[in-house]
Amino acid sequence: MRPALELFWKAMMARTYPRVAWMFRHRTWLIQETLLPMLSVIALANVYRWMHAPVQYIGIVILGAAMTAFWLNVLWSLGAHLYWERDSGNLELYILCPAPMMGILAGMALGGLTMTIVRAAAIVTTGVLLFDVPLEPTSWWLLGLIFLLTMVSLYGLGMMFASVFLLFGREAWHTVNLLQEPIYLMTGMNFPLVALEKMTHWAIPAAALLIPLTAGMDAMRQVLFRSEGFLNLWYEVPLLGVMSVGFILLAKRFLDVLERKAKEEGKLTVKWQ
Amino acid sequence: MSELALRTDALGRTYRKARKRWWKRTDPAASKEFVALDGVSLEVKPGELFGLLGPNGAGKTTLIKILTTLLAPSSGRAWVDGLDVVADAKALRPFINMVSGGESSGYGILSVRENLWLFSRIYGVANAVINQRIDAMLAVVDLADKANSRVSHLSTGQRQKMNFCRGFITDPKVLFLDEPTLGLDVTAARNIRKFVKEWIAEKPGRTMLLTTHYMAEADELCDRLAIIDKGKLLACDTPANLKRQVQQHSIFELSHTPGSGGLIEVAGLPGVHQATTTETPTSIELKVLLREESAIGGVVQQVVQSGGRILTLKKVEPTLEDVFIELVGHGLNA
Repeated sequence: MRPALELFWKAMMARTYPRVAWMFRHRTWLIQETLLPMLSVIALANVYRWMHAPVQYIGIVILGAAMTAFWLNVLWSLGAHLYWERDSGNLELYILCPAPMMGILAGMALGGLTMTIVRAAAIVTTGVLLFDVPLEPTSWWLLGLIFLLTMVSLYGLGMMFASVFLLFGREAWHTVNLLQEPIYLMTGMNFPLVALEKMTHWAIPAAALLIPLTAGMDAMRQVLFRSEGFLNLWYEVPLLGVMSVGFILLAKRFLDVLERKAKEEGKLTVKWQ
Repeated sequence: MSELALRTDALGRTYRKARKRWWKRTDPAASKEFVALDGVSLEVKPGELFGLLGPNGAGKTTLIKILTTLLAPSSGRAWVDGLDVVADAKALRPFINMVSGGESSGYGILSVRENLWLFSRIYGVANAVINQRIDAMLAVVDLADKANSRVSHLSTGQRQKMNFCRGFITDPKVLFLDEPTLGLDVTAARNIRKFVKEWIAEKPGRTMLLTTHYMAEADELCDRLAIIDKGKLLACDTPANLKRQVQQHSIFELSHTPGSGGLIEVAGLPGVHQATTTETPTSIELKVLLREESAIGGVVQQVVQSGGRILTLKKVEPTLEDVFIELVGHGLNA
């Protein structure tokens, strides 16, 4: 068991490395990943301010922008990543090697997460300083737990997407685009999720809760700003726990399907076939 | 079975057209089935450097993909180091590696050393030995000065050298090289051939399966060779024995200017077993396999009568290319 875990760890850290190296070698990303997203945050925050909305609404926008960064990372850098790896010829080498593919995917997730945490932290810090949003969570521990569960379930979903996109999509970016815009609305990126229930039907936000970003943001907003949530916090936390385990298990299952189909059909892993 | 490094038993692989899906447009021109491998049975002993020769689409890469656990056979079975490539794929992977010519794998943002480190770590190679192996391999392919250069700044040939190193750094028991010298300059290709021979000799039990388009390379490197075409195994023996198969014929190479009517037909002349013609910008190179040596007179007469002027004429020893032409019916590039 120990050698298997050791190989998993080595593979994960090795695959994390290119993303971390990229962060240090392309420093301009800090501008595009922090300053540019702040423009829409500033615009929306000012809209709420002119409407004399409670200051928590500005906090909701800032948190939404920070958390959406993780969603974009999951879609573009993790979900579509096996697709890019296939095109560059690396996927074949990963399947050929003795390291488990889950270790490679975990490395991709960890690399993406490291970079996005910097972006999210920059957005939160700038937003809080610019708009003087009070940060008084009911419990820092609870907030940390919700954030952790949201990340595990969100990146678990991303790891599952990675195989699903390669299995069913020949043009990964179309699928990514399809998932990007509606999610901004369904997750309540710039407004409380209860507002979506009032605007449409309870079934829409209820369905959206199956996206970890929705449940995570709604729960974090309740802890951070004591705002009204769509679902009670004590339902959302276990839901995130279940999704964390579920999506990781599903990711493993889809990876197995991917490898089996790749072998049977003679494509998916090899770019020219 | 365990005494063999590689074994295939009536191995077959058929590519089938994907099922029609409502969301996908299917290519009506695509044929329903394509047989890439058809009942191939091979045995390779430990320590052998075994070559696979065949034209494009012969099934060489398919065979390698099956042996490296990347592709499932449609029929038959295959074993590498005594392990079934389908049932024992996970157990087999630590002992094998593969390098494909012209592959573009690796990360452009990372240096050569970092890329090699990454692809060693996924084999579990300890950090303590990685750098030592990287330095040794980069010296072999004359890439030591580029160790810290980003891969995105390398030429195609340099990238190919890096991938060659990647295959050896994990110290595999069985190594698969698919056109390893493709796109490399003469000196680099020669160094690689020299290293390949040394690598096999260095540790007993190391085995290599090599595919190449270069007949001279196969002749120089391989202990035994298999010639494969349209998925079928046509011959399997040592290069010397294979050449002996065509030694019953006299082989002449004749260089001449084009005839008044263009190419000169000599294949149907009495005593001519086989003839292949290659056009160069300045001349036409004709290679004839004759059942009787005296038939060369008729060939020369035919060239002269057709308006061609003979530039050179020489009798040559058979090469692997002659064996290939004899078995496949055309050259590798035809």
